[in-house]
Amino acid sequence: MTKTSREARLALEDGTVLSGRGFGADTESLGELVFNTSMTGYQEILTDPSYRGQTVLLTQPHIGNYGVNSDDEESTKLWLSGLVVREACDQASNFRSGTELTEYLAQHGVPGIDGIDTRMLVRKVRDHGELRILITSDTKASNEELVARVRKAPRVADVDHVLAVTTDQRFEWQRGYDSPFSPPAQMLQGKLPTDARKPRLRVVAYDFGAKRNILRSLVASGLNVTVVPANTPAAAVLEMKPDGVFLSNGPGDPAICRYAIESTSELVKKVPVFGICLGHQILGHVFGGKTYKMKFGHHGGNQPVMDLQTGKVEITSQNHSYAVDPRSLPDAVEVTHQNLNDKTVEGMRHKELPVFSVQYHPEAAPGPHDSLYLFGRFLDLLRDNR
Amino acid sequence: MPRREDLKSILILGSGPIVIGQACEFDYSGVQACRSLRSDGYRIILVNSNPATIMTDPETADRTYIEPINAETVTKIIEQERPDAILPTLGGQTALNCAMQLHDLGVLQKYGVEMIGAKPAAISKAEGRQEFRAAMEKIGLTCARSRLAYNMPEARKALDEIGLPCVIRPGFTMGGSGGGIAYNLPEFEEIAARGIELSLNSEILVEESIAGWKEFELELMRDKNDNVVIICSIENFDPMGVHTGDSITVAPAQTLTDREYQLMRNASIACIREIGVDTGGSNVQFAIHPNDGRMVIIEMNPRVSRSSALASKATGFPIAKIAAKLAVGYTLDELQNDITKVTPACFEPTIDYCVVKFPRWAFEKFPTANSVLTTQMKSVGEVMAIGRTFKESMQKALRGLETGRHGFGNVPGKAHCKPEELNAESIRPHLATPRADRIDWIRAGFLARMTIEEIHDYSKIDPWFLRQLATLTNHENRLVELGAKGLASFTRADMLDAKKLGFSDRQIAAACPKSITEWDVRDHRKKLGVIPTYKRVDTCAAEFTSFTPYLYSTYDGSEDETVLDAKKQRVMVLGGGPNRIGQGIEFDYCCVHAAMALRPLGYETVMVNSNPETVSTDFDTSDILFFEPLTHEDVMNIVDRINPHGVIVQFGGQTPLNLARGLKDHGAPLIGTSVESIEAAEDRELFSKVVDRLGIDQPPNGMASNAGQAMAVAERIGYPVLVRPSFVLGGRAMEVVYDRQGLESYMERHRSFSEERPLLVDKFLDNAIEVDVDAIGDGKTVLIGGIMEHIEEAGIHSGDSSCSLPPYTLSEGLIEEIATKTRMLATELKVIGLMNVQWAVRGPKLYILEANPRASRTIPYVSKAIGQPLAKMAARIMLGESIEQVGTYENLSPPYFSVKAPVFPFNKFHGVDTLLGPEMKSTGEVMGIDANFGAAFAKAMIGAGNVLPTSGKVFVSVRDEDKRVVLPLINRLHALGFEILATSGTARALTNSGVPVQRVLKIHEGRPHVLDLLLNGEVRLIINTPSGRRERSDDRLIRSSAVAHRIPCITTLAATAATIQGLEWLLKKPLAVRPLQEYHSQIVER
Repeated sequence: MTKTSREARLALEDGTVLSGRGFGADTESLGELVFNTSMTGYQEILTDPSYRGQTVLLTQPHIGNYGVNSDDEESTKLWLSGLVVREACDQASNFRSGTELTEYLAQHGVPGIDGIDTRMLVRKVRDHGELRILITSDTKASNEELVARVRKAPRVADVDHVLAVTTDQRFEWQRGYDSPFSPPAQMLQGKLPTDARKPRLRVVAYDFGAKRNILRSLVASGLNVTVVPANTPAAAVLEMKPDGVFLSNGPGDPAICRYAIESTSELVKKVPVFGICLGHQILGHVFGGKTYKMKFGHHGGNQPVMDLQTGKVEITSQNHSYAVDPRSLPDAVEVTHQNLNDKTVEGMRHKELPVFSVQYHPEAAPGPHDSLYLFGRFLDLLRDNR
Repeated sequence: MPRREDLKSILILGSGPIVIGQACEFDYSGVQACRSLRSDGYRIILVNSNPATIMTDPETADRTYIEPINAETVTKIIEQERPDAILPTLGGQTALNCAMQLHDLGVLQKYGVEMIGAKPAAISKAEGRQEFRAAMEKIGLTCARSRLAYNMPEARKALDEIGLPCVIRPGFTMGGSGGGIAYNLPEFEEIAARGIELSLNSEILVEESIAGWKEFELELMRDKNDNVVIICSIENFDPMGVHTGDSITVAPAQTLTDREYQLMRNASIACIREIGVDTGGSNVQFAIHPNDGRMVIIEMNPRVSRSSALASKATGFPIAKIAAKLAVGYTLDELQNDITKVTPACFEPTIDYCVVKFPRWAFEKFPTANSVLTTQMKSVGEVMAIGRTFKESMQKALRGLETGRHGFGNVPGKAHCKPEELNAESIRPHLATPRADRIDWIRAGFLARMTIEEIHDYSKIDPWFLRQLATLTNHENRLVELGAKGLASFTRADMLDAKKLGFSDRQIAAACPKSITEWDVRDHRKKLGVIPTYKRVDTCAAEFTSFTPYLYSTYDGSEDETVLDAKKQRVMVLGGGPNRIGQGIEFDYCCVHAAMALRPLGYETVMVNSNPETVSTDFDTSDILFFEPLTHEDVMNIVDRINPHGVIVQFGGQTPLNLARGLKDHGAPLIGTSVESIEAAEDRELFSKVVDRLGIDQPPNGMASNAGQAMAVAERIGYPVLVRPSFVLGGRAMEVVYDRQGLESYMERHRSFSEERPLLVDKFLDNAIEVDVDAIGDGKTVLIGGIMEHIEEAGIHSGDSSCSLPPYTLSEGLIEEIATKTRMLATELKVIGLMNVQWAVRGPKLYILEANPRASRTIPYVSKAIGQPLAKMAARIMLGESIEQVGTYENLSPPYFSVKAPVFPFNKFHGVDTLLGPEMKSTGEVMGIDANFGAAFAKAMIGAGNVLPTSGKVFVSVRDEDKRVVLPLINRLHALGFEILATSGTARALTNSGVPVQRVLKIHEGRPHVLDLLLNGEVRLIINTPSGRRERSDDRLIRSSAVAHRIPCITTLAATAATIQGLEWLLKKPLAVRPLQEYHSQIVER
């Protein structure tokens, strides 16, 4: 049994201090508290680089039930600052499970706290926005001391997290949907089948903190994928003569990523571009628009998004705290997708340039596969512009 | 895109009487559908034979037909009403089957009625086993290997290919009727033959057994733009092999990774698209191999189901209401999420709690039935519980079940079984073979130190669930340790630990010295400041502000989300908990009416209930809904939190009544008839004094706390006697015994009587007419709601008797005497609210059998018969209004007959004797209305599922004392053109009186005998009155074969007479259909 009965506390910048049980790494962590409402997929969330700087609260009360396996990782490590749950499971039950959640967190140096009234915290974040949070097993410090400590912590927006999570060198990504538990590849299909008889097109994917399932989906769509560091200049990319460029998801405030905005400004004039999440926000800046920080963002797997062209709704996986302000966009940019809950921008395309993007995560992982078709749409765009 | 303008009127089919597999959930869905479509301006025509439903309230639809749900009757209604469309997906399998028949017969086409929701092609694709399989293979999904068969030779051939064990699934049946798992050849022969018999199209599927695989269910909705959302995922605690209706189920799914879950989600969406359900809800069931994740699709229901009701209550998403809106052309994005009011219905609910559903069975009513849980559903009700964790929810579900459990285990550290059974060897068979008590054996396994792995090996229950439960049993050690030191040794932290794990005050009390009660624990707990907080069910895990106060308790929390209206007084209505035989939808109807009556008066209405199938647990029935178990502890916690002005205990059946004394003694402000009056009516001695004082006759009776006393009482009052334990519901363990030997045998079987719980012994009134009366009192005046004459003689439980309102044989004088004496009694008992009295008429004399100052099972039926909402009036009276103010008037004889007939679950309990007695066995009821008694009775019989023949052979076998009385009746049957068959004794009597009769052999007399005739389908009707004293073995076989072959079997002379009246009418002219609104207008006109 890995069960621990280590006492732990969490402190919020608003003065709230709660006691619970510590699990995972026995370290102190600071972060900004966000909540994710997905009922499945904690492993994908833990390994999503977009969570760097954030402490994640999962609203599903039982976490860890199916353990952790090597297939479901979205990157090489855990990026979030900490994990807050109602009840962490010590012993998993699933034939794919290799490791217990608590060991996994410990291996990656991430502390978790359970036994927490997570719903109360969600309501707090909902009403007051994302709050800085401290998780600690320091039993000596007073509650007041903990609150003082958390109030001194940096905010997510103060740091360029992208440069911390991006790859330090270029590499070829080759794996597609090779697991029996991958989505069916036909869900990626665009106008034409994604068959291999045609020469495989090449995309360069900017890694701002890319989730592996994006890369897998690009490969499974029939693309050759070269992943490059976030600060790779446009010229270096164009030298590779790609058929298109992909801009990945990533952590933090898009406005900080000047290098990405600059290189993308060059690229959109030359090659087709598809952006997801942070990539979408960067395109917003490229086209002269603005992004703003949302009160508590969208983090979950049940966000309804309408494709404004077809009127069809897809249930999407989302993870973002910033959004593109539609009023700031020029006429040349058309909003293509909208969130049905709060009417925020979920997708856009340039009317003249072969460029489109979505705020949500078509690669899912975790979340519904409703939007995998966008990878097919990207392939179509590349074919049409060849 | 707005709704469809080309439709003006829509026909909605209900699901008919409550039966196993189809309960109140379809009242819930039907009510939502009627209301939402009506509010959109559609004219709604409703057909449902079940009077105990809210949907058949005359206000729910424009035209309400309380008529049998079959193709013939509905065709007449279509002719009369000419609806534009029929919506068949909200009334369970009954509605779906009926609509398909109408389609197949060309009726819908003839009258230009469009099927909306699901088209016939989609329905047959989903329901036809072979078509479904082909469709699933086409989209790349795997089904279990299987072969179809339409007769026994084909079935045997299929078995050769599939092998044993295998599952047999009949096509077009509900609740898996007739299906099962066969492990050996004789079992296969039996189940296959029964399945072919019960299937509407004589089709069975012989399927590879995937028993032991993990089972999941997804609830989906689709709109006409092909938007599909998953409302809820459900994981079954009991693996494949147990019908999902008999499984403990958990929402959301707990043991799937996101990848596995999403593949299942994709598959379910592909399924609904391929089957082609245009709009509305569907559910898809899957099995997952625990070792490699292989996924197999089990089945798909192209309609709203029991699971949809559960999913609605589990998530707060009103599936039926939305399904109805989608059927008329709305799309999901156009509809609002009623809970958040700011987001659309086009999303997937996420939940931040854990829901456990636990089935409730009624095997105690059918002791000879096979109690093993299989693929044929056997449970009669269910409880749902919400908590923040599985442990908390499971404990709440178990105590909400009202089966004597106070949680997972009653006494900490002690097993439910005998000490000599507490070993792995004794426990294993109970783990391997699922029965109603498997949950107790799992705990016994923990106490016997069996490992999780071993318990899993035998039960196949996922280790995750088992570990959760093991945590509870482990914590019992701590409780025992603390309890040994006395209640005071529980610190705040100790108490909080136990409560967070869901332990009840009673369980904690049981860990303490004997003198400690749950009330002591409650006091101590409150002193420690350990009280629950209430959190909301809001579809979105608190991401958005919710406006709907749908609450559950948890000890997890530090923040309470109850919001009370400071300007209003609150009235709490306690519901009836899980359905069971004797307590079901009728009481839920009353609770809903109480809320409906009090809301407009400015009270904040608060509903407390734990039954997910009901209308009462719909979040907009009351102002605040607490989805909580009905126990002292849980109810008092709510009382503490909301400080109600009044608490209503008399509407939810025996459940809240049993709590009344405890609630009152601890300060809950009960309203209506006082607890003292309730007790005076329930307590035998007190009641005898009351009736003596009033000069009302009671059958001679006595009480006994031991066998000797019982014998003495019986000798004094004379046999036959009616015996029963005190304080029981639905005639539990009630029997008529005819002699000393019978009484000895009874006491042998029912030993649990004592000084505190004495045995009641009454003189049994042979051949008496029983009369039920429902009345309302306001403390001064008493108003008679309805007087119902039972068709069967006294001695058959009132819930199992047919009855007629107004009485069809009683004299005016007698009716007046009954009314007068009922008034006297209600006045004496100071009834404020409802009262039900049962009388027996024997010759000229009137005896009182019992009085219950509470809502009765007949309130909805009477309300519909007389056109007066009795429960609503009673609720207002309980809050201080007078009868005069609520504006009702007495009308003891409406100008038409309303006949109520019971419906029995015998077809689910193979081989069980169908004989009726003082113990209630019916699950539901239907009503037939007509100006003519015979016609009304015939409608009730047909509505109850009997196929009344208009020609053919009738088999008659009656006991000696009935022979003289039966002769003229049989003569009438003969005159109607029926051929009469009888065994020797009865044949002789008939021949002697000049009725032509064909003699048939008794079973022991050689062949072909009577059973051969039944099995060959030669007999269309059976009249078989049992000998009271000794069971005749032939009779029992005849009756159970009649059930298996769906031959109506009448077991009393009174019912025979009524049936013949019905047949005479049927042969004279076809039954006419008329809406309830027209019947009621007749009353008003008079």
